[in-house]
Parts: sequence; C-alpha cells; structure tokens
Amino acid sequence: MAHAAVHDTHDTHDHKPQGFLHRWLFTTNHKDIGTLYLVFALVMFFTGGSMAMIIRAELFEPGMQLVQPEFFNQMTTIHALIMIFGAVMPAFVGLGNWMIPMQIGAPDMALPRMNNWSFWILPFAFLLLLSTLFMPGAGPQGGWTLYPPLSLQGGNSIAFVILAIHMMGISSIMGAINIIATILNMRAPGMDLLKMPIFSWSWLITAFLLIAVMPVLAGAVTMLLTDKYFGTSFFNAAGGGDPVMFQHIFWFFGHPEVYIMILPAFGIVSEIIPTFSRKPLFGYQAMVYALASIAFLSFIVWAHHMFTVGMPLGGEIYFMYATMLIAIPTGVKVFNWVTTMWEGSLTFETPMLFAIAFVILFTIGGFSGLMLAIVPADFQYQDTYFVVAHFHYVLVTGAIFAIMAAAYYWLPKWSGNMYSERWGKIHFWMSVISVNVLFFPQHFLGLAGMPRRIPDYNIAFADFNMISSIGGFWFGASQLLFVGVIVHAVFFSKNRATMQVWEGARGLEWTVPSPAPYHTFSVPPVIDDSMLAHGDVTH
Amino acid sequence: MAQTHDAYYVPHGSHWPIVGSLGLFSTAIGAANWMNGGSGLTTSPLFFLGLAIIAFMMFGWFGTVIRESVAGNYNKQVDVSFRMGMMWFIFSEVMFFGAFFGALFYARMFSVPWIGGEGHGALTNYYLWQDYMPSWPTNGPGNIGGNFETIPAWHLPLVNTLLLLSSGVTITFAHHALRAGYRRALLVWLAATIALGAAFLYFQATEYMEAYHQLNLTLGSGIYGSTFFMLTGFHGAHVTLGTIMLTVMWFRCAKGHFTKDNHFGFEAVAWYWHFVDVVWLGLFVFVYVL
Repeated sequence: MAHAAVHDTHDTHDHKPQGFLHRWLFTTNHKDIGTLYLVFALVMFFTGGSMAMIIRAELFEPGMQLVQPEFFNQMTTIHALIMIFGAVMPAFVGLGNWMIPMQIGAPDMALPRMNNWSFWILPFAFLLLLSTLFMPGAGPQGGWTLYPPLSLQGGNSIAFVILAIHMMGISSIMGAINIIATILNMRAPGMDLLKMPIFSWSWLITAFLLIAVMPVLAGAVTMLLTDKYFGTSFFNAAGGGDPVMFQHIFWFFGHPEVYIMILPAFGIVSEIIPTFSRKPLFGYQAMVYALASIAFLSFIVWAHHMFTVGMPLGGEIYFMYATMLIAIPTGVKVFNWVTTMWEGSLTFETPMLFAIAFVILFTIGGFSGLMLAIVPADFQYQDTYFVVAHFHYVLVTGAIFAIMAAAYYWLPKWSGNMYSERWGKIHFWMSVISVNVLFFPQHFLGLAGMPRRIPDYNIAFADFNMISSIGGFWFGASQLLFVGVIVHAVFFSKNRATMQVWEGARGLEWTVPSPAPYHTFSVPPVIDDSMLAHGDVTH
Repeated sequence: MAQTHDAYYVPHGSHWPIVGSLGLFSTAIGAANWMNGGSGLTTSPLFFLGLAIIAFMMFGWFGTVIRESVAGNYNKQVDVSFRMGMMWFIFSEVMFFGAFFGALFYARMFSVPWIGGEGHGALTNYYLWQDYMPSWPTNGPGNIGGNFETIPAWHLPLVNTLLLLSSGVTITFAHHALRAGYRRALLVWLAATIALGAAFLYFQATEYMEAYHQLNLTLGSGIYGSTFFMLTGFHGAHVTLGTIMLTVMWFRCAKGHFTKDNHFGFEAVAWYWHFVDVVWLGLFVFVYVL
C-alpha cells in the first residue's frame, strides 16, 4: 500500500515558518497542529473543570447556596459538551497528529491544510458555545444530550449550541478523514498494517467511527433546529413524530462516541505498558481484533442508554445482551494488558503509573457499565449518580488518565526535555487518590437513589456528597500540578531527553532525536521489526 | 509530475483555513440571530457575509490547489490522499442522509403505529388520541398543518428520476471522452450533464411550488411534511452544489486543466454526482413510491 518511495522533502518549506501568527495560524505541520490541539484541549479541560467545581461546590451541602438552579443546569450541560468535544476529543486528535506520522514513518498528515482547518474551526465553535452563557436567555440547560422537548423549551441559545455542534462535527469529520488517509496512504514501505503500532491502529478504527456517526449527530441536531424554528414535527407526537426518535438517532451517534473517547486511550495504554514492562505487547493481533470488534458492537447497542423510555420488550432484551457482548473484547484487552505485565521487568515511571491506574479504574467503570446494561437493574439506576459515577470512571480515570499518561510518555520526545519524575509522581498520586474520593461515593449515592442533574438533594445524601466534593476540589487542584510539570519540562528543565527516552520503548518515534525534528522523516525510515513495539508478530 | 514522483510532498502553509473558520463563524452567528428573530447587521447580513467569505475561501483554496496541481507539484501519493479524502467525505454525507432516512423509517415503522395504539402504544392512544387512525402519509393526530395531498410519484418525480439517471450516463460519456482525449465531446457531454441537473432542479422547484400552493403540503405538514421536505430539500441542495461543481469542471475542462491520466478534480465531481443520483433513487422509492 505504501507505494511511494521516499527520498527527500523536495519542498521549499523545510524550515519552520517565521513569525508567531504565520507559524500557528497558517501551519501545515502535524507537530504544530498537534501542539495546538493539545494546548486547546488543556484550556478546555480547565474551563470544563471549573464548571465541575461549581457543580461540586453547590452540592457540597444539601440546600441551595451558591448558584441558581438555572445556572446549575447550564453548568452540567456545558461541562459535558466542553469535556467531550473540547477536551477529550481534541486531546486525542492532538496526540494522533503528533504521533501517527512519527509511528508510521510519514513526513506529515496526508492532507496538511485540511488538518489546519480541522483545528482552527474549534476555537470558534467553542466561542460560540460559551457565548450562550452570557446571552439574555442564558445558555442551554437541558443536558448535553439535548433531548426534546425540554431542549427546545429553553431560550434562544439552542440555535447557537446546535450550530456550534455543527462546527465541531465538521472539524471532527475532516480530522477523521485525514487520519484514515494518512494511515492508509502514508505508511513507510514495510510498515504493514499488522506491524503498525497499536496507538495508530486505535486511531484508524476511531476515525471510522467518527466519520460514521458525526454526520448522524449533525442530522439529529438539524432536526431539533427545524422543529424549533421551521415548524417540522420530527419530535412532536401530535404531528406523528416521536421525542423518543431523537433519543434513538442521538444515541446511534452517542454510543460510538463513547468508544471514540476510549479506543485511543486503549491504544495509548497498549503502547505504555509494554515499554515499562520491557516486554512486547501480549497478543498484539488479538488487541487489534478486539478494537475492531468493540467498534463494530458500538453501532448496535445504542438503546441501552434509554431502557426506561418505553421500548418494546424485545428491544430491551436485544440491547441488553448486545451490550453485554462488549465485555468480551474488552475483557480480552484487559487480560492482555495484565499479561503483558506478567513476569515483565516492571518500573513505575509516571506514564506507567497512570497506565496501571487506567487498567484498574477503567475496569471498575466497565463493571458498573455491565450493571447498567442489565435492564431490570437499570430501571433503578437510570438517571442516578450511579450513572454519573460510571461514566466518570471510564472518562476521567479512563480517557483522561490515558491522555495524561500519553503526555508524560511522549513529552520528552516532543520537547526534548525530561519532566520532573518526582512532581509527575506527586501529580499521579494526588490525582488517583482524589479521583476515587470524588467518584467512588457517587456509586453509593446513585444506588441510594440520588438523581443526577439536581442542584439540591435529600439530607440523607449529605455525607457522601461532601466527601465527593472534597475529592472534587482536591482533584481539580491537583491538575494545576500537571500544568506546572508540563511548563517546567518544556521551558525550564535542564534534563535533556535522549533519543530513546525510555529504556524499553520500541517504535519508530524513538529512532528520531528528541525533540523530534520539524519534519520527521525526510528519508524513508528503515522498518526494523525488532524496533516495533510488538515483537511477537511473526509474519 | 515525474520529477517529484519519489518525494514526499508537504504543502506550504495557507491562510485559507482561518478564512474559512471566520466564514463559518459569521454564518453561524448570523443564522442563529436570524432564526431567533433578531434584527440588524448581526442577523441575515452577517449570515450572507459568512457565506460570501466561505465562497471566497473556496475560490482561493481550490485555486491554490489547482495552480499547484497544474504546475506538477503533486505526486501519486498526493493523488491517492485526495481520492481517499473525497471518498470518505462522500461516506460521511451518506451517513448524514442516513439520519433522515432513519427518521422516515422510524416514523413509518414505529411512531405512527404506536400513536395509533399498536403494541405498547395502546394506552397512549386510548387516553390521548382515540380517534386517530394511523396511516401513511400522515400529519399526526393533531392534524398539524391541516389536510394535505401528496405529490404523485409517477409524474414529476418519475421525470426527475429519468433526468438524474440519464445525467449519470452522460457524465460517464464525458469521462470516457476525457480519457480518450476528445475535449470537444467531453465539453458537450459535460454540458448535457449540467443541463440535466439544472432541469432536475427546475422540476423540483416546480414540484415544491405545487406542493405549497395547490396541495397544502408544507414543511409544517406533520411528520410527512417534515421528512418529505427535509429529505428532498437536502438532496436538492446537494444537486445544486453538484451542478455548481460540474459547471466549474466544465470551465476547467475548457481551459485544459486535465489530462487523460490526471484529472482527479473531474473524477471527484463525478463520484459526487453519482452519490446524489443514488440518494435520489432511495428517495424515489421510499419517499414517493412507497
């Protein structure tokens, strides 16, 4: 497939462009664009995070103390939209931008200018979204899922939110097209698909999910828009439509979306664990097939988000069993991560600590997911804090921990400097303890019946809420350490990284200098099988 | 092309993406304010300004790419990347239409029968809409938008089907002419395709006029009107875009931008045209006939 023999970057653009604006606004360089994505994601992480702090502050005690209920509802809605579309997804795209060309031996992404546009749509989209907070009718309050009729009964902001989502969708689709074209077309000679590093694999599969479902989200929100402004009846039963239909279309997007936010995390962890276990990844091919199976299953399980909405019994039973099937390929992955560590010669640098925490805590999130998949039990859990605990375990200790692991793992390659291992470890231990203080009690709250998205609650829930809030403030404050470690490593660290960086690291990215040169591969890299992260590939 | 064949090609930086973002941003703000019934410069003027900026960006961006391509900067690998980009873009469009077809099927298969009391909808029907007899087409138990009639499938829609199917043939003739190096035949067949597309749009507009003025079938005619106009409307928008793209290709062919072996711009538009053709077949069957 990778047919172009590579000799040189015969272009007039071997050097970094001069001038700050010129470099960052007009760039076609995958590393610059990756950096933009990552910085943007970090800014959004703190923006969404401060909203979470407001939520936890209000929930610190029962009763209404800090904010109005309307504002609380805006916080829960926008916190989710920002964290999903502004923090987790851009962070993964940023990591993909940086690492995929380096891992597959390409000079850059396949469509570099479109890559620039994919990024530069995002700041405008989030400006549009955040501006609704300051509008006379206030921001969206109906939850990030935008269920009608509630979402259409608010103020004018819904039009801005929907158009912001359209812009995010355009950005995501172009980003995904770029990643598919890059991986399928730009691999260096000899980089067969089944020799490709697993992070690139995870992104290839994620990109297919994105292309398949972001347009469906666009369709769903377009129907919302026309129902509100142009008199259509898609979600109006009096006109023959059905509000539940929105939920079906939305979750046809929404369920693959949750895998969009976790498959690249699987890829990251599958890179890090072999490095610090000094062993090849156990069952490389099984890992690839498990990723593909999870991606396929993600398309046929969506209605488990809506068990209580009133579906025919046959539908409930089908979606329950189909959902449980996902545990099989996911179990394969967890088994293989553990088996990779088995009898390995382990060291516990910060990326490895985050990766191990990922394996354990993501699995807890997976188990609570299995509980939610059981229809009769879900009638009890639906819309309680149990759900909140579940998806924060998979998204915070899953996706975000993996992103942080990746940041520590590849930061020396990006910046050329080692971060402070001491402060990285402090950041890890603060995060991993506080995040459990934050989210673990929410399981109990949910099982006891505390509903989500409510600013006030029964006094019976007071203790666990206070513990959770303390964990929340602690976790939030701990993330300042993350910024500190990064800023120190990039700008102040005197500890230069070697080319290899990590003793056990394998893969093309470790064969180039640290920091990686502006154009990584001007000559075709030689694909040496022993350098790949998964030496058990025998063919 | 030959001398750069073995090299990676990384294009230089470009200001067009940020221009496009500003265009999208203006369009979105203008549209949202306009829909919310605002007045002043930040409503429709901003919306149209945004569209103008996007059009300007497209001229500029495509112009840059065309100049680079004609100058022979691109190699085989760039060509394959472009092909993959177009292919997966079309796939994303298919999924977009899929959402609306899904809404149509869901309404017909589930929500309308349930409102009529089928299956677990029995109580809803009993308490809310006892008199409602589910059928298709319908504007629901609320008779939203008032009584309406539908467009008969075997008149204008059939003509439109034949027009689009023929245009699929003519563009293939044009492509063969291009590959054989007959520019004159190429231009004639391409012009025929454009004419067929324009005729389709004319008839579609006629049909909409008839629906609104004589049949009382509007976007507000319950779920039937919603699915009918959103599906055919988005399709019509895509045909419009496709016709504009074909027209651009006609001028590019006339200027001799394409060679027998290197004419991806043309092929991309042909793919796109076949895509709107196939979507129409789905519409004809599921919206008009059945």
